[in-house]
Amino acid sequence: MKTSRRGKAYASLASVGVAALVLTGCGGGPGAPETSPAATGGATATGKSEVTLYGTIADAEAKLLEKSWADWSKENNIKIKYESSKEFETQIAVRAQGGNAPDLAIFPQPGLLGDLATRGFLKPAPEGVKANVASGWSEDWAKYGTVDGTLYGAPMMASVKGWVWYSPAEFKEKGYAVPTTWQELLDLTAQIEKDKGEPPWCAGFGSGDATGWPGTDWVEDLVLRQSGKDVYDQWVANEVKFTDPQIKSALDEVGKILKNPKYVNAGYGDISSINATAFGDVADVMVSGDCSLTHQASFFSGFITDAGGEVGPDADVWGFLTPSIDGSGNAVTGGGEIIGAFSDDPSVVKVQEYLSSPEWANSRVKLGGVLSANKGLDPANAADPLLEEAVKILQDPATTFRFDASDLMPGSVGTGTFFKGMVDWINGSDSGTVLEQVENGWPSS
Amino acid sequence: MSTLSKATPLALDPANGSPRRRKTASLAKTRLTNRWATLAALVIAALWTIPTIGLLVSSFRPAQLVRTTGWWTIFENRGFTTQNYTDVLQAGNSQLTMAGSFLNSIAITLPATVIPLVLATLAAYAFAWMRFPGKDLIFVLVFALQIVPIQMALVPLLRLFAAGELFGFPVIGAFGQAGYAQVWIAHTIFALPLAIFLLHNFIAEIPNEIIEAARVDGASHGQIFFRIVLPLTAPAIAAFSIFQFLWVWNDLLVALIFADGPVAPITKLLAEITGTRGQDWHLLTAGAFLAIIVPLAVFFALQRYFVRGLLAGSAKG
Repeated sequence: MKTSRRGKAYASLASVGVAALVLTGCGGGPGAPETSPAATGGATATGKSEVTLYGTIADAEAKLLEKSWADWSKENNIKIKYESSKEFETQIAVRAQGGNAPDLAIFPQPGLLGDLATRGFLKPAPEGVKANVASGWSEDWAKYGTVDGTLYGAPMMASVKGWVWYSPAEFKEKGYAVPTTWQELLDLTAQIEKDKGEPPWCAGFGSGDATGWPGTDWVEDLVLRQSGKDVYDQWVANEVKFTDPQIKSALDEVGKILKNPKYVNAGYGDISSINATAFGDVADVMVSGDCSLTHQASFFSGFITDAGGEVGPDADVWGFLTPSIDGSGNAVTGGGEIIGAFSDDPSVVKVQEYLSSPEWANSRVKLGGVLSANKGLDPANAADPLLEEAVKILQDPATTFRFDASDLMPGSVGTGTFFKGMVDWINGSDSGTVLEQVENGWPSS
Repeated sequence: MSTLSKATPLALDPANGSPRRRKTASLAKTRLTNRWATLAALVIAALWTIPTIGLLVSSFRPAQLVRTTGWWTIFENRGFTTQNYTDVLQAGNSQLTMAGSFLNSIAITLPATVIPLVLATLAAYAFAWMRFPGKDLIFVLVFALQIVPIQMALVPLLRLFAAGELFGFPVIGAFGQAGYAQVWIAHTIFALPLAIFLLHNFIAEIPNEIIEAARVDGASHGQIFFRIVLPLTAPAIAAFSIFQFLWVWNDLLVALIFADGPVAPITKLLAEITGTRGQDWHLLTAGAFLAIIVPLAVFFALQRYFVRGLLAGSAKG
């Protein structure tokens, strides 16, 4: 009896957030939350000796993160205690309301940062961080740390989405050229299918309770390339609705590949196997050569390496950016993290400034696996050729960068109906029905 | 639960003469021991064990094979490795290693089992055998707390702990900076209503004559509690302590909220080992097996009490 109650308790972490919301409503607002009492030392004029940092980056990547600031931390005698949680999105709100907030938090979604900022939990960015953001990041990026005209946090790491991964050897052997327009990509797909007699594309949407997100990346890429950045921005703000013909057209273009049984799912089976395949597992069939093309963000290079492949223009696997519709322009979608502060202790400010500096960006990127959009980052520091390429794209002033739309939308859509809609869509629902369902996820107020 | 309360009156009811009881027992035995029933039990046991076996098999397979083929194809796709276990044991962060989190789990679970049990036994005795005004009302209120969802209490409780004091008294601060105290308190709070209710039912079933006789002999409440109530309720206490131990050991929700950084239990660390993007999900198999060692050991070591607690007294003459 009680077992089931507890069981439910684990399963419905989400309801924590709901309960928390209700409670704040009753409690008369959060007011000014105190700084973390868990951190010892207490705030003094010189600042505390330990700064707590909280984020979603876990395990091996967390170790690299800690390594990236180890030297600085020793020099400045400030200990940075990093803690990761896979339930960050719900936990951070609970901890903020409970008065147990960390000093700094790494937000993977600008929307969540904005939410906590408008509720008065976050401290506006100190002068040093403002200066770093002004000199180190493009306006597109600075915008994602800004809420109602006030800068709350600096961007940290980044990833460029929309790479199409392929085997350079296969392309060379068969004489395929890297496509420069969307139509060329579709033609290439048809060509490979004809030559191979098997599906050229592989895709995996599986990702635990976030299953479906790789599909949203596809749609975002197509919206940005088909309709341009203005429509993309309006789409994020729900001024252009999901049911709009422009969004439907993007989804239908994606469907030309993902919903064509002749084109997917190389190495796994039919279309419906896309949902069951973990997105990272696709690296295995890319390396083995069963699959010719797949669409995934820059961090996929780490998966390729793990699967025993090498990433490079002449190595096992390499990537090109999803081409634009007419071959012009350079618009990319991507993701990243933004650091927000719950405390304005002098030590916290120092850490915040350091993490927003080009020195830190270089130190972290050198360790591999990630990149940063910081203009002070030396592309040569990137760990593999693809990341180097991605850094150049991010730093190119001609590039239009747009943050992953699902991370910008409210959670009920961005990580709710949008994810679920993509899963249903793969399972056979038609575009119109799916987009209507996704649109219904927008909060009514 | 219902087994508990039904079994008890049988046990302690003096009207149940021993010859009749023995007869009923043997009758029950012949009726329950049936070839088909045994077969059904075996089939169910086998079915229920399949997922665990799959997990065990997977935990010894190389990551590449786990990702591409199912564990049931083990004979076609052979591969054996202990790498998963090595990886899990080496997991951890700058504040905590896997071994440390294992110790944390023990450090959290033991007090979080003992504290609510002590409090609940005392409270149950008071509710059952002491007379004070408003007793029934208070008991109903305690019982009613069971329907308050645990999630409702998380944020207010966290605020209380963050402030560290209650009405100006440094309640939490008194426990020192170890950080375990708030996890213990949280688990205790969440366990008490059910514990009091269960043990109250049990203690209230002790025949009035026994307690009366003790009172006539001049026993105080303390003596009655330690000399009579405790020995008679030992099976129930043992059964509930096993339950509580397993709940706390397997808990993730309370740990996520109240056990920060260096005091995190093993469940919290295991939740992180799959990596930022869940790419290392194959490690969960080995992690699960490491995490269930202690619950399994506890269960097998105390299995006798477990069964005895549920059937307490039913076999007594």
